Amino acid sequence: MEGLHALLTLLGFTLAGEVLAHVAGLPVPGPVIGMALLLAALVIRRGVSAELERVSALIQRHLSLLFIPAGVGLMTHAAALRAEGGPLLLALAASTLLTLSVTAWTLAWMLRNKQR
Amino acid sequence: MNTLWAWLWADQATAIPSALLLTLGSYALALRLYHLTGRPALLHPAISAMAVIMTVLIVGHVDYARYFDGAAFIHFLLGPATVSLAVPLYRNLGHIRRMGWALPAALILGATLAVASAWTLGTWLGLSPVSLHSLLPKSVTTPIAMGVAASLGGSPSLAAGLVLVTGVLGCLFAPLTYRLMKIRDPAVQGFALGVAAHGFGTAKAFEISPLAGAFASLGLGLTGLLTAMALPWLARWIGL
Repeated sequence: MEGLHALLTLLGFTLAGEVLAHVAGLPVPGPVIGMALLLAALVIRRGVSAELERVSALIQRHLSLLFIPAGVGLMTHAAALRAEGGPLLLALAASTLLTLSVTAWTLAWMLRNKQR
Repeated sequence: MNTLWAWLWADQATAIPSALLLTLGSYALALRLYHLTGRPALLHPAISAMAVIMTVLIVGHVDYARYFDGAAFIHFLLGPATVSLAVPLYRNLGHIRRMGWALPAALILGATLAVASAWTLGTWLGLSPVSLHSLLPKSVTTPIAMGVAASLGGSPSLAAGLVLVTGVLGCLFAPLTYRLMKIRDPAVQGFALGVAAHGFGTAKAFEISPLAGAFASLGLGLTGLLTAMALPWLARWIGL
């Protein structure tokens, strides 16, 4: 079955990550552990199946779709947004711009120094 | 008509397909609009889809909780989607290893700055405690941000909304920022997008190139990991 194996792999590693986080009492979110586990499995197996590659690429192309159901929850905060929407947006914009530029600049600068 | 609409949302058998259709249909429409208009960052498909869904729910008097019950299936896929980021990471493992200490250094600085600048600005702008605590994890992906916001005493659903807005802002700022700063290395472009703007930045980075996408995945995963581990502990320590 086309795609079935990839779905089983992704679901299996998601669950494994959640279980490991719970059992070990880690504060790390399950899916992040699942990602590390799958990466380890791929390194051990030395390869990704073409099917897993295709399914991952499909999910990643539509990553922003998955944020929508939770994002629509903003509608339940109409009162807070009327009162603080402006400052919230300003804080988000300034902080995002700062994070983006400083991260990019630091990485570019360190890589340049390394090459010398 | 009104009774039929109310009936549609009253039972799971109809509410779930309605919520899924509404979400996927709005997203498909938004995606078409985005491509037709030449991909302006302000018409990010997630933003226009969200506007359509909110309008339908408000005009149709549908509770958000009702809608989310049905759309929860799409929300749940954030987990497997995060796991799937291991694939582009694996593909670029050699490149990542060659970069050495530059990646952890940029990560720690970027992830810390994302939280510290939000905290400083939010306090300075006089935000209420609930808003401030929901704002702090804005640079990490939704499920992580919702958990962190809850543990800080913020609101998970407000945090989810702020995460989405952050993602759109990151995609809006990145092209111009990179041009002004003359940053042309796709690995650097992708990594910073992943650190500052989580999944949205990662999707944007995959538009640049698969290499940029892989580094964005790395930035997204590591920032999520660091924020989830350090922020609740840090908040207790500085007495938030």
